[in-house]
Amino acid sequence: MFEQLISMVFTTSFGYSIIRITSPILFAALAAVVAEKAGVSNIGLEGIMGISALFGVLFAYWTNNWLVGVLGALVVGAFLGLIMGFFALKLKTDIILAGIAINLMGGGGTIFLLYLFTELKGNTASLTTPAMLTPRINIPLIQDIPVLGPIFSGHSILTYVAFLLVFVVWVLLYKTATGLQIRAVGENPNAADSVGVSVLKIQYIALAISGALSGLGGAYMSMYYSQSWNTGIIAGRGFIALAAQAMGQGEPVGAMLSSLLFGFASALGNKMEGMQGFSSYLVAAIPYAVTIIGLVLYAAATIKRIKKTRK
Amino acid sequence: MGEQEYVVQMKGITKVYPNGVAANQGVDFNVKRGEIHALMGENGAGKSTLMKMLFGLEQPTEGEIFINGKKETLSSPTVAISKGIGMVHQHFMLVPNLTVAENMVLGMEPKQKSLFLDYKKAVEITKEYAQKYNLQVDPDAKLRDIPVGMKQKVEILKALVRGAKILILDEPTAVLTTQETEELFKELVQLKEQGYTLIFISHKLNEIKQITDRMTIMRGGKSMGVYNTADVSKEEISRLMVGRDVILTVEKEKAVPEEVVLKVRDLEYTNEWNKKMLDKISFDVRKGEILGVAGVEGNGQRELVDMLFSLNTPDGGAVTVNGASVLHKSQRAVRDLGVSLIPEDRMTFGIAGTGTIEENLMSDRVASKRYNKGPLFDMKAMHEDSDQLIVDYKVLCKSRKQQVGMLSGGNIQKVVVAREFSCNPVLIIADQPTRGIDVGATEFIRKKLVELSRAGAAVLLVSADLNEVMELSDSLIIMCNGKIAAYFEDTSKLDDTVMGEYMLGLKQQDEEEVRRVQHEA
Repeated sequence: MFEQLISMVFTTSFGYSIIRITSPILFAALAAVVAEKAGVSNIGLEGIMGISALFGVLFAYWTNNWLVGVLGALVVGAFLGLIMGFFALKLKTDIILAGIAINLMGGGGTIFLLYLFTELKGNTASLTTPAMLTPRINIPLIQDIPVLGPIFSGHSILTYVAFLLVFVVWVLLYKTATGLQIRAVGENPNAADSVGVSVLKIQYIALAISGALSGLGGAYMSMYYSQSWNTGIIAGRGFIALAAQAMGQGEPVGAMLSSLLFGFASALGNKMEGMQGFSSYLVAAIPYAVTIIGLVLYAAATIKRIKKTRK
Repeated sequence: MGEQEYVVQMKGITKVYPNGVAANQGVDFNVKRGEIHALMGENGAGKSTLMKMLFGLEQPTEGEIFINGKKETLSSPTVAISKGIGMVHQHFMLVPNLTVAENMVLGMEPKQKSLFLDYKKAVEITKEYAQKYNLQVDPDAKLRDIPVGMKQKVEILKALVRGAKILILDEPTAVLTTQETEELFKELVQLKEQGYTLIFISHKLNEIKQITDRMTIMRGGKSMGVYNTADVSKEEISRLMVGRDVILTVEKEKAVPEEVVLKVRDLEYTNEWNKKMLDKISFDVRKGEILGVAGVEGNGQRELVDMLFSLNTPDGGAVTVNGASVLHKSQRAVRDLGVSLIPEDRMTFGIAGTGTIEENLMSDRVASKRYNKGPLFDMKAMHEDSDQLIVDYKVLCKSRKQQVGMLSGGNIQKVVVAREFSCNPVLIIADQPTRGIDVGATEFIRKKLVELSRAGAAVLLVSADLNEVMELSDSLIIMCNGKIAAYFEDTSKLDDTVMGEYMLGLKQQDEEEVRRVQHEA
């Protein structure tokens, strides 16, 4: 049984599915990174992903063009980020409550919107046309390399965007003036304020970026991964992304590595589900268990570091 | 020159906060171009408020501010900065995870292609200014990794890079070691020589004498006058800063101290900024006496109280109450030893503002048998006791159901006192028990404190109010720099001038004299 598992893990298709599963989490984890750096905890990722996933499909359906769908999801995501900002920063509600509200809206509100626009209840499978799905990209040269080719080539264009965004977000945070202000605001808003940096403006910008990134994650789910939108489509990925952000110490690359770890655990779970001798329920819990273990390890390391600096 | 000789003129400044506290009353404050001007006074004298108005953080209720002879409305720090005023805050306005150079240019970042941060330029700017003003900093170091002294230099450079010509330094030496202080003074003198004007907030006499040209002394929100530093003696400054204004007397019989209740030995504590706040503190408080702890705030009193109530753990030493150690115990266990505390910050540690008077009065005794006869609280007993306490302690309120946070400061403190005094304490720690409350409540609380001590409680009274410690205490210790600077067995024979000298570190009793406060071996 164990050998069977090992032989399954060391296949190219397993590598391929890790990347496939990691992509949406990575988008959302980067979204969490940007918001957290600016000192706002965007726990509305889950809801933002769900809502923009729906709008991605709708825009793509109306224009029969996947690119419009993706951009639509991005804009809707950014807009939702700003709405959260309006409630949390302007009207001073607790940001966590604003996030919960967005998440609940992502649950119930989307079905309402779906019915409003399409008179469908539950999912959009009947609307899907090939032109609405984000295309797979075969990377020249790489696709011909044995082992690497089948793992890294042939993913959705959004997967490549996601990994490219790791670099882009890093540049944004560490190489631009806006990034400097985002980090300053997140760490010591008083200091930023005292030199004339508008804390509010920076946090709005960060939330908009965060929303846009989760919007892309949503688009990936409905316009590639599931090929259509349905009510439970995000399935906790927004929350797992929050864990990935924390586990990755709030850094873009760290968040990517944690997302990959989760992708690995999830892919493993998927494979094991089909095997005899494993309870499928137990197996389905693996990714979440990995997340919790990861967070515990992270917390332990943090405490150790703090103790060390105190000494 | 004429009027232009003055770069800052604040005329008739009055600041009344919304809660009615008048922090400044008709203060005149004038600073000449190119001088180092000291702004002196005890905590709460109104120095910081005055400077906040000059830096645009607060607006004066009355009065006018002139910068370079021109009347200005300083509505925000940004405006103040644009008028050439910079402030080095006591708590640095810096971002720990950014580098020195990044902190320097925050909010005025040099850019490449209008988007990217030109970090090289930021480093260059930092180096240029560091060199120009001889303030050596490492531009690439993360702020959290550099010593406090260098952080302060970064703060000064930050102000200079933004074009400040007038620098306000809020107790700049409070966080520095002796060597760092010496270095800072050299740098400040250099800045002065380059034509900058410096305002130096402090209550340390030696420092003031060392580097300032003139000084304005404040006490109780008013200016006590402007002096040439060279013309006044330290003793005179001390008298102007610490003197007593109003004298409220409390009648009290002579104390008859019995056995030792609180015993503190060799208490040591170094805070997170590596500053020694408690340096081998030892003393005893006996049954039936009030021992006062006087001193300028920030000399270890707060840390001492924290240790005594186990709110913090010392690095070394012992604290016992009737022989039982207090250290590492929960507050519940400390209370069970018979210790009660009137905390300095009553809104945070004294009460739960949104709770009712009754809930606050009962909060320390909800586990007692008196109120727990069945599975539910005996509300009747609670109501009765609360009502009785409200009457006994003259809490002005509509009913026991009123929210405590809605009461006036004096009545809130009465609620705290009612709870802390009614639990049969063997030791009462009263930390600034009458700060910021009205005269009536003050008198009431002071009387109660004396009453309880005469009835057999040991009382440790920590207060920055000189009048209060001198009137209430039977004997008294003075804390300075985390040490006991002096012990006076009989407070009634004390003179405030003498006290001021010990409080401000001009004098220190020898070990033998200080040891007299240890009544037991």
